Amino acid sequence: MRFAVIVFPGSNCDVDMYHAAKDELGEEAEYVWHDSTSLEDFDAVLLPGGFSFGDYLRTGAIARFSPIMNEVVKAAEAGKPVLGVCNGFQVLLEAGLLPGAMRRNESLKFICRPVQLKVKNNETMFTSSYQKDEVIQIPIAHGEGNYYCDEQTLANLKANNQIVFTYDGTNPNGSIEDIAGIINAQGNVLGMMPHPERAVDPLLGGADGLKLFKSIVKQWRETHAVKA
Amino acid sequence: MYKVKVYVTLRESVLDPQGTAVKKSLDTMGYPNVQDVRIGKYMELTLEKTERKIEEVVEEMCVRLLSNPVIEDYRYEIEESVVL
Repeated sequence: MRFAVIVFPGSNCDVDMYHAAKDELGEEAEYVWHDSTSLEDFDAVLLPGGFSFGDYLRTGAIARFSPIMNEVVKAAEAGKPVLGVCNGFQVLLEAGLLPGAMRRNESLKFICRPVQLKVKNNETMFTSSYQKDEVIQIPIAHGEGNYYCDEQTLANLKANNQIVFTYDGTNPNGSIEDIAGIINAQGNVLGMMPHPERAVDPLLGGADGLKLFKSIVKQWRETHAVKA
Repeated sequence: MYKVKVYVTLRESVLDPQGTAVKKSLDTMGYPNVQDVRIGKYMELTLEKTERKIEEVVEEMCVRLLSNPVIEDYRYEIEESVVL
């Protein structure tokens, strides 16, 4: 399986994403610069955290107009797995691939620490290796992770089981309904504030994020075994 | 040439944590009569004239990039400046 790790000017979790796919999963991975114009050779797209274009104006607002984003939209439409973490999630929101928007953390502080997450939906291509309601520990590192959407959107998210991760216990940023990660209606675009790529090895303080990457590969192998 | 002033603020329905913090501070400083503080962004754009209607262009820029309509409202003022 071939993973594309998108790199914007200001991305800073691209190396961790690459490490998760290449070294931990043992799959193929390649960095793709933001002004590239094709993702055809890839099976999955990873949008890493960081501060793309300095997050000037709004988080992810400028990155959303990078040439590669047209290709990310195409990959999403084609049903390929697209994972956006932290700044990657913010870019997906700005691009309209996921509903809602980010506000500054309620505390106005940048928060960098491990948090407890609850897997609300384990029937996605990203979470099938977890148990439903499993509590996992993944680090967060953001100043704008206070997810917001209007009531209608929230009702839709709930009705379609699109809320994939919630904060368990204390909500660190004030997000609506304790939301930490959501998936699109089609089920192949996941955005989350916590960093699973920073929790793929006990050496890093925990490996609870590894199952997310393994789920992607598992699903891909199953679909492609059927075709073959 | 046009001089365009764009104001972007969080929508009324969206809590503004920065505004709330500033309001609290003003309250402690002895201004308890401050009812609400909303913090926003102010942008100045200088544009050359084109064939397209200026209002249409500014509107488009506001919706596509300068604001995020999910959480923000925008308004703008357009001034035409004479270049000699």
